[in-house]
Amino acid sequence: MVMFSLTPVLDVCTQQQEGKELTKEEKQRLRKEKKQQKKSKEKKDDKPSRDSEKEKKPASAASPAPQTPTQPPAQKAAPAPVPVPASETPSAADKPAKSKAELKAERRARQEAERASKGKKGDVGPQAAPGKPKAPPSELQPVVKRLPEHVQVDNPEVLKKLAKKLERQQVYGCAPNCCGCIPLRSDYGYKVSLFSHLHQYSRKAPLTQQLGIPSTVIHPAIVRLGLQYSQGIVAGSNARSVALLHAFKQVIRDYTTPPNEELSRDLVNRLKPYISFLNQCRPLSASMGNAIKYIKKEISNIPSQCKEEEAKRKLLNCIDCYINEKIVLAAKAIAKYSIEKISDGDVILVYGCSSLVNHILCEAFEKNRKFRVIVVDSRPRLEGREALRRLVQKGINCTYVLISAVSYILPEVSKVFLGAHALLANGYVMSRVGTSQIALVAKAFNVPVLVCCETYKFCERVQTDSFVSNELDDPDDLIVTRTGTTQLEHWQEVPSLGLLNLVYDVTPPDFVDLVITDLGMIPCTSVPVVLRVKNVDQ
Amino acid sequence: MELQAVLMAAGGGSRMTDLTYNTPKAMLPVGNKPLMWYPLNLLERMGFEEVIVITTKEVQKMMSTDPKMKLDVKMKLDVVCIQEDGDMGTADALRHIQQKIKTDILVVSCDLITDVALHEVVDLFRAHNATLAMLMSKAHEFTETVPGQKGKKKTAEQRDFVGVDQSGKRLLFMANEADLEDGLSIRKSIMRKHPRMHIKTGLVDAHLYCLKKAVVDFLADNKSISSIRGELVPYLVRKQFSKTTNCPKIKDDAEDQNQKKNDGSTNHGHSSCLSFSLDRSCWNDHRGDMSEAYHGGKLRCYVHIMDEGPCYRVNTLAAYIEANRLAPKLFEEVPVHPSAVISERCQMGSDSYIGAMCQIADKTSIKRSTIGNSTTVKEKVKVANSIIMHGVTIEEGCNIQGSVICSNAVIGRGADLKYCLVGNGQQIEPEGKDHWHEHTP
Repeated sequence: MVMFSLTPVLDVCTQQQEGKELTKEEKQRLRKEKKQQKKSKEKKDDKPSRDSEKEKKPASAASPAPQTPTQPPAQKAAPAPVPVPASETPSAADKPAKSKAELKAERRARQEAERASKGKKGDVGPQAAPGKPKAPPSELQPVVKRLPEHVQVDNPEVLKKLAKKLERQQVYGCAPNCCGCIPLRSDYGYKVSLFSHLHQYSRKAPLTQQLGIPSTVIHPAIVRLGLQYSQGIVAGSNARSVALLHAFKQVIRDYTTPPNEELSRDLVNRLKPYISFLNQCRPLSASMGNAIKYIKKEISNIPSQCKEEEAKRKLLNCIDCYINEKIVLAAKAIAKYSIEKISDGDVILVYGCSSLVNHILCEAFEKNRKFRVIVVDSRPRLEGREALRRLVQKGINCTYVLISAVSYILPEVSKVFLGAHALLANGYVMSRVGTSQIALVAKAFNVPVLVCCETYKFCERVQTDSFVSNELDDPDDLIVTRTGTTQLEHWQEVPSLGLLNLVYDVTPPDFVDLVITDLGMIPCTSVPVVLRVKNVDQ
Repeated sequence: MELQAVLMAAGGGSRMTDLTYNTPKAMLPVGNKPLMWYPLNLLERMGFEEVIVITTKEVQKMMSTDPKMKLDVKMKLDVVCIQEDGDMGTADALRHIQQKIKTDILVVSCDLITDVALHEVVDLFRAHNATLAMLMSKAHEFTETVPGQKGKKKTAEQRDFVGVDQSGKRLLFMANEADLEDGLSIRKSIMRKHPRMHIKTGLVDAHLYCLKKAVVDFLADNKSISSIRGELVPYLVRKQFSKTTNCPKIKDDAEDQNQKKNDGSTNHGHSSCLSFSLDRSCWNDHRGDMSEAYHGGKLRCYVHIMDEGPCYRVNTLAAYIEANRLAPKLFEEVPVHPSAVISERCQMGSDSYIGAMCQIADKTSIKRSTIGNSTTVKEKVKVANSIIMHGVTIEEGCNIQGSVICSNAVIGRGADLKYCLVGNGQQIEPEGKDHWHEHTP
């Protein structure tokens, strides 16, 4: 890396002093080299070299513009962005060109020093990386993949960047000088250290506190949706996606293209702040992410000569089709496949409240299959009660237990039907916390476990544990009042006490026997195949 | 647009006629600001940019000349004038401006002084897709002696019975004592759906309502309803539990989504989409019975009850005095207006507020009082616990305690007033001794 840069920089320098234009490749190489030099220089805290580096910069004073956009992303690792563009011009102004030979000598000396220090650092770098994935990876080669920002909540620099990003997100429809930004929702309470990289919000501090009341910055339908998410009124993967799509339909209906803008580009930009608002209210689910990708693709594919009314009609139509195909019809297809698997006399175990599993059981009951259901429930959400209500309303014979009794009840069970929040690319099933427990115990009892999941919930992520990416719910939900006393009322005052309210967990594919999707009944390991086929289709 | 604000400022102040004899209620000075400045300030702080103000011509004239209104209120005020004769109720006023209303509305009364976080009320309205969301507050005891009344004030006020569900947010029952003849009767249908109900009586209605646009359209069709608080709100609360076939407003949600979609209103078809998502959602607002969320009811009324924090409705004399005491503290009013001329030998307590262009002479003592604009106070005057409005002249040697002196009154030399109420433009003769609990309109 260090070797090749010598000659091009010299060439660049000579060209510059001759006043010729730089070619693109040379500019790029120059930029890359500067990046690396800056990184290593900041680590060494080497003042003199920085000054001489700034002096070297007049060489690139001809191209300050293309440099500035690349500088911010280049400084991801560096804590404080070096004010390069600002320093360039003054140094360029007060320093006439040094002689060629002097510059060459300086550069060579610097690069030798760097090479020597990098040789030492390179050994330490890769070893440190697996142990501390959060350490600034500038010490390693630049090809390393960084953790996404939403998973680095305990890193204050990342938080600062996120806040700045939210501020900079231009929200359309508001005056340019008003603070049209989405406020940052602050975390609440002490977080358990294993999960300190995730956000933990309190339901009593909604994001709407910081927004103005007649919300002009964010479309009212989206504010309403965000509130419903954060208060748990709309919960469950399918419900959230459907509600999101309906809200987007409303946004599209109320949208008018500003003059000199194209609908295909402007509408996508307008949706961005809404999506970050919804993300702050409650982290987006995999199904919502896929739905958003689909909508953005559809919007960008609108031809530019299409009239606004027709474009809007097309988009609304697309959304309706998506809901119909991926959710409603998929549920019908999955029900059809599952009914083949349900035989008379079955005892089916379900966990929590999955809209799809409830739908399947109701359909099977209508087709006169004779079975009974055991509903397993867990705190603090107690969603099983809602599932119980819906099944009993249909007339299905149900039993209700808490998850602590699952190993006592399993000898009676013939099949386990589970719903999924998302299916990951390595075959793992992400679902409500407690699902992997049920699958594990079922496996121990040799009871078949069937997971029902629509294909639009398949996601490209890969995860093998429940720590790296999860959601932390309001810890105050765990507090319960029995016979007038609330033991955990003052949990915040006890310094060593942390309340953890996890939402999701991940089940390995060894515990899952079959996945029933709208494409058919596939084994867990075929998920990447489905994803690949889907991508080819699109 | 999400919400339109409507300020009702045409009220006559029927319970404090002495004060409102000459000045309309909306422009009564509280802490040297007109009363309607307070709700306007609340709306402005919350982020509203336009308000529809329903008021009388007199108030509109006074508004345009009042400096506080012109300078401090930066929102656009769309003033609608109605007749002063007092026959028009609040619901009638809404019917009058039906054409201007394009979305859901937030109705505020001009006599509300509070610093509530409005998002609490509006969030209930948004999240549950409610038809009505209102604000109530625990009543505060009035501690000040009211001038013009001998003895303690009897609670001749009729109580309101408010029934809320277990969460304290859903409004189940609302009735005034006057309407209940032989007792409180609650329908069985309500008890079946909400077996646990809390009934509260010590609540003050802040007269702040979030109403759906469909309600305004309903009002246009039903001309018999003339007051929001007296008739519309109890009607809506009752209708939550009636069979849906009778309720005229239900059709608007379901049918509208099949009809035109070009209105831009956010309510269109929203309830049908919401029910589609709620069907798949694992949430229910109650448990223990077999019905779905909200018991399948489309009409829902919610209330936010403020536990702490100031919330006053200035519609009686006692409330007016209390508000004068507390409102300036709320808004960090500057105690002495910069243009007031106060001589050095004047003793001014920290709780006092002096308005613009006042002249306070030597050897005066002003404690816990509010003095309005352009008032002249001559030497050796003692003012304590009083409210003195604009343009009053107080001659030397007076002693004023616990009184309310309305605009442009003249208090003669050496007068001694205790707990009196002096009306507009009145003159108290000099050396008038020992006026006690008097009442001069």
